[in-house]
Amino acid sequence: MKTLSDISVGEGGRVRGAEGTLSRRLRDLGFTRGAAVECLFAAPGRGMRAYRIRGAVIALRQRDARQVAMEENEHA
Amino acid sequence: MREARTIVLAGNPNVGKSTVFNALTGLKQHTGNWPGKTVTAARGACSLDGETFQIIDTPGAYSLRAHSAEEEAAMEAVCFSRADAVIVVCDAACLERNLNLLYQVMEITDRTVLCVNLLDEAEKRGVRVDVKALSQALGIPVAGACAREGKGLKELLRAAKRVMDAPPAPRRVQYPNAVERAAAGLAEQLREPLENGMNPRFAALRLMENDGCFRRELAKRMVIHASVEAAIQRARTQTGLNPEALSALLTESVYRAAEEACAAAVRRPKGGEEVQLKWDRKLTGWAGVPVMLLLLALVFFITLKGANWPSAWLAAAFGEAEALLRSGLDALRFPPFWTALLTEGAFRTLGRVIAVMLPPMAIFFPLFTLLEDSGYLPRVAFTLDGMFERCHACGKQALTMCMGCGCNAVGVMGCRIIDSPRERLIALLTNSFIPCNGRFPTLFAMLTLFFAGGGLGGALLSAGLLTGLAALAVGVTLLASRLLSATVLKGVPSSYTLELPPCRRPQFGKVIFRSLLDRTLFVLGRAAAVAAPAGVLIFLLTHVQAGGLTLLSHITAFLDPLGRLMGLDGVILAGFLLGFPANEIVLPMIALAYTAGGALQETADLAALGSLLRAQGWTALTALNLMLFSLFHFPCSTTLLTIRKETGSAKWTAFAFALPTAIGMILCMITNAFAKIL
Repeated sequence: MKTLSDISVGEGGRVRGAEGTLSRRLRDLGFTRGAAVECLFAAPGRGMRAYRIRGAVIALRQRDARQVAMEENEHA
Repeated sequence: MREARTIVLAGNPNVGKSTVFNALTGLKQHTGNWPGKTVTAARGACSLDGETFQIIDTPGAYSLRAHSAEEEAAMEAVCFSRADAVIVVCDAACLERNLNLLYQVMEITDRTVLCVNLLDEAEKRGVRVDVKALSQALGIPVAGACAREGKGLKELLRAAKRVMDAPPAPRRVQYPNAVERAAAGLAEQLREPLENGMNPRFAALRLMENDGCFRRELAKRMVIHASVEAAIQRARTQTGLNPEALSALLTESVYRAAEEACAAAVRRPKGGEEVQLKWDRKLTGWAGVPVMLLLLALVFFITLKGANWPSAWLAAAFGEAEALLRSGLDALRFPPFWTALLTEGAFRTLGRVIAVMLPPMAIFFPLFTLLEDSGYLPRVAFTLDGMFERCHACGKQALTMCMGCGCNAVGVMGCRIIDSPRERLIALLTNSFIPCNGRFPTLFAMLTLFFAGGGLGGALLSAGLLTGLAALAVGVTLLASRLLSATVLKGVPSSYTLELPPCRRPQFGKVIFRSLLDRTLFVLGRAAAVAAPAGVLIFLLTHVQAGGLTLLSHITAFLDPLGRLMGLDGVILAGFLLGFPANEIVLPMIALAYTAGGALQETADLAALGSLLRAQGWTALTALNLMLFSLFHFPCSTTLLTIRKETGSAKWTAFAFALPTAIGMILCMITNAFAKIL
């Protein structure tokens, strides 16, 4: 399954849904089905990544980004 | 006269909500450019056309489904305070996300007003908001504002007054039929137990999606009987969805409505964020690390250099004041012992603490607030998070460590920004490992006297060595964090989200005023409260004799064996104990004990201090161990008081005292043993 952590810097995609301990928080931040998201930049190493979602920039740890499922083969 | 009508202010973090609050009420509340500043609801009053309103500010919240202490407080204020109106403050540039909260509020009360703030900033980024169209799409009054400039606030208040007098008809989100029917059924069951205290449909939806926090708050106010429980279950079955799927459906529906409203009212340029993005990529990548270090070093340089002159001036002023006080007491024919106790004891220590603490803080905190205001600090947390994740801690700990550089008490208070209680405690307990303004001069003096020497080359070498010590402090902090999360504070790193708000030009004038007010004076007040009694104690220790020796001599003799084991001596350990009120006075205390001078010595003359210490048998090893112990020993009294307040636990306060002390003692003993072997 493709997740938000599979999106590399400069790429985008559409959210399919959020599942896990952070799911409600992520949805409240706008990671709901169909939302366009873009990975903007990344911290050094395997650190956090910043995503543009609904006009805001939200940073997530990569292991948390796995809680957001993405649509396959679709670029926003 | 009836009671003043209340208006609750709600909004996402970083939308300028506190600025709106301040502009309305004239209160000076500190606003930060990163989440978690307003922890409790602030209250103020404002008036319009002769009527006075009470305004309640709430902490920033993304949603009424609370995920943090701040959001819980916001949820409680909006849901349960029975306010006469709610103003939702939104960032014009980020309206779609902000409308999530607005739609939730509109489910609670019709008397809602939307304030689209930061219009000027959005316009600069090419985002145009049609306030009229937005009002039409939402069915409530919408007021545009630039709260920083004080624009649009009167109109906002008028709108709030209008909705209180005649509630509008908000266009609420319509959920799928099955959900609406189930919610209506449950709402009917809830109507009676809720006693008009809360919108039953809203309560029904939250209970159906199993919002734990809301349920807890509701249970405080009404008994959730088995019949209600059964009704909740029935409603869930009716929708054919489990709570998680239902929650997803609700949020999706809200965002679909938000998309439609924004499509009607917001025009965004294509691209347009490129400049910010380019800077962000630079500032947060590998290249960002040296930039960050340089910036921190610059802040310290300005602080330490800038503080010299006002500190000297304050010390001189306090000296004169002391002489005045003494002659006053003499004129009143005070007994000489009491006069000395009050002047050389209480007043001199108090003056000393203020003279050494006030100027660095009055410089450091405004500088730090400028960084905060500009939006740079969340980017620091972002860049360094990986390091903290590996230590099972939170990236925001980087920020509390930076604050700790200024003052550990402020750093400890800053730990409120960390949501996970476990990670917050880790940050709080390890904060004093980071040398504060009060310890830098001690470290610097030791480096200059025993390692680097004077002159420009010496100064540069000292600066380099100081950086090394700071790196050691950071390393030990990380190590201790990792150890804590493997032992007493077991757990995996919690998940968290970090918003990176757009970088903004900081507000110079207000910033300086506010950070002076709420950080510097707060810390100084706490420090001064301890300094005067400590001064009395120090005076007694150095003046009361037993068996021909002062009490202090007895203490230093008692501590001497332990001190020797750590490559120090009894006097140095006594100096650290006497320096408990403020780390700044540790070195003067040591000099005082050596010379048995009976009162606080000036240590401004480094060369004289050096020869005094060398005469007492100090070597480079002594200086090294002193620096290590200065980095790792019990926090000062102000910090411990703050830890006690923040944790509310004597056990953790004791632990915060013991942990760094143990580490420092062990480190000193190791270096001492090594030196002996070599």
